[in-house]
Amino acid sequence: MARINVLKTYKNFIGGKFPRTESGRYFQIKNGNEELLANMCLSSRKDFRNAVVVARKVQKSWQNATALNRGQVLYRVAEMLESRKSQFIEELMMTGLSKSHAKNEVELSIDRLIYYAGWSDKFQQVFSSVNPVASNHFNFSLLQSVGVVSVISPNDYSLLGMISVIAPIIVGGNTCVILSSEKNPMASISFAEVLNTSDVPSGVVNILTGKRKELLSHFASHKDVNAIIYCGDNNQEIKEIEHLSSENLKRVKIYKHKNWDHNSSQSPFFIETCQELKTIWHPNKV
Amino acid sequence: MSFPNLLTVPKIDKTGVEERVNRFCKRSIKNSSKTHGLHLALSMIDLTTLDGKDTPENVKRMCYKANHLHDSLQGIPKVAAVCVYPTMVKYAKKELKGTKINVASVATGFPSGQSSLDVKLSDTKFAVNEGADEIDMVISRGKFLAGEYNFVYDEIASVKEVCGKAHLKVILETGELDTLDNVRKASEIAIYAGADFIKTSTGKINPASTMSVAYVMLNAIKDYYKQTGIKIGMKPAGGISSSKIALQYLVMLNETLGHEWMNKDLFRFGASSLANDILMQLQRQESGYYESIDYFSKD
Repeated sequence: MARINVLKTYKNFIGGKFPRTESGRYFQIKNGNEELLANMCLSSRKDFRNAVVVARKVQKSWQNATALNRGQVLYRVAEMLESRKSQFIEELMMTGLSKSHAKNEVELSIDRLIYYAGWSDKFQQVFSSVNPVASNHFNFSLLQSVGVVSVISPNDYSLLGMISVIAPIIVGGNTCVILSSEKNPMASISFAEVLNTSDVPSGVVNILTGKRKELLSHFASHKDVNAIIYCGDNNQEIKEIEHLSSENLKRVKIYKHKNWDHNSSQSPFFIETCQELKTIWHPNKV
Repeated sequence: MSFPNLLTVPKIDKTGVEERVNRFCKRSIKNSSKTHGLHLALSMIDLTTLDGKDTPENVKRMCYKANHLHDSLQGIPKVAAVCVYPTMVKYAKKELKGTKINVASVATGFPSGQSSLDVKLSDTKFAVNEGADEIDMVISRGKFLAGEYNFVYDEIASVKEVCGKAHLKVILETGELDTLDNVRKASEIAIYAGADFIKTSTGKINPASTMSVAYVMLNAIKDYYKQTGIKIGMKPAGGISSSKIALQYLVMLNETLGHEWMNKDLFRFGASSLANDILMQLQRQESGYYESIDYFSKD
């Protein structure tokens, strides 16, 4: 008797759990030949709201985890991804990528996680400074995480693009809520399974699937979000984000580039993007 | 007032209660009704601080908050009362002078209730003399579970006597009563002994208020009303931290006891963080943006 394949139900990833969207809606992902690959949760603003609540709750403790610990956690994510390499290569190929391209993307993703894991206890030294001032103060500046970051993940490079954006965010002690690639969300949401089996605390990374058009305004306007990262080059969307973010002076970062496989897509400056510079005036010679 | 006939107290069908309660959580509420419901819930809150670390200063802060929930929002009601320990009553009373906000005080050896009747009565007298408008007493759960119902009844009746004009809310601490049958029995005893309100929990025990126990208590109130025409109030407390849950309780209240109970004289929420969550919802309805707690006063 022919065996019936057991297909995976793709769901959201919020607070370390895999809930369906609160709205009960879905959309279809098809390959080039118009064949149905999967049904995806069409998340609503309420899913986003719930995700922000959990991201906020866990942010302080994640920020207070030692740099060493955050680095180890990222390294662990890379380990888990390595062990499930073949699954991700297959998933990327389903959406039309050639085998060599898919393999390259997954391997680069793993390397990128390792790259940022290494930076976890080093970026602080690079960006901090002792500042000369003309008074009796010891003046120094250091970085502190901004808090909760919302991310509109790149549409191309659904896995590598997303990892390249979130790894520098979380290594710096932020938590994030991500709208995965709208075009190919399968690998992005499967990555949640990797996060869930590594040591990332629940709620540090939350991934939603859905439509940019519907969720963009909420990602930008939510007042409990401290920064937003947008990957894309749609000028109208960028304008909307900048406009809505001004409401609570949210930090806005736009990544227009698309070469996520290039070495220029990894640098400690991606970490600095979601850091606040804190300067301390310490009196001396009292 | 007489001791209730516990033999005629109905047995509770736990599964039935849970099924019924689940339905209350699935009502779709239109936006305008939601706003109205949120306003109503806000006006029913007993803003509560019951910590060992309470000081006159943080009680004052809370009283200020009770009176000025969120001044930038127009047309929102004030909370019904603040709820504090007896020693804090005089500070709360002073701060709330001239407002219509009541001062409620817990008493009778709150939260465990493990003290002698003399201590309990003088505790209550002290709170009343300090100016408390409402007294939240705890029942002796140990005695209740040991089957000494008369003792529990007499105790509530004695406390009621020393309350004088102050309203008496009787805390059943349902988290320690184990079964819904016990909840129903304790509700009957409290109501017949003279409670003006029955209240679910102290907030110090998990589980605190659940919809199921509140539903059982509402039904005890309903049956008493049918028999005597007297309206007893209800106060769920503990664990009600979001607007969504508060609205579900209001739906349950409306569909069980009807609109006559939909006011702060007959229904209260014992909560501390609920107020801010409701304010955030109301603010969102006005501005269209999801809010951050940073823009609201701390509890």
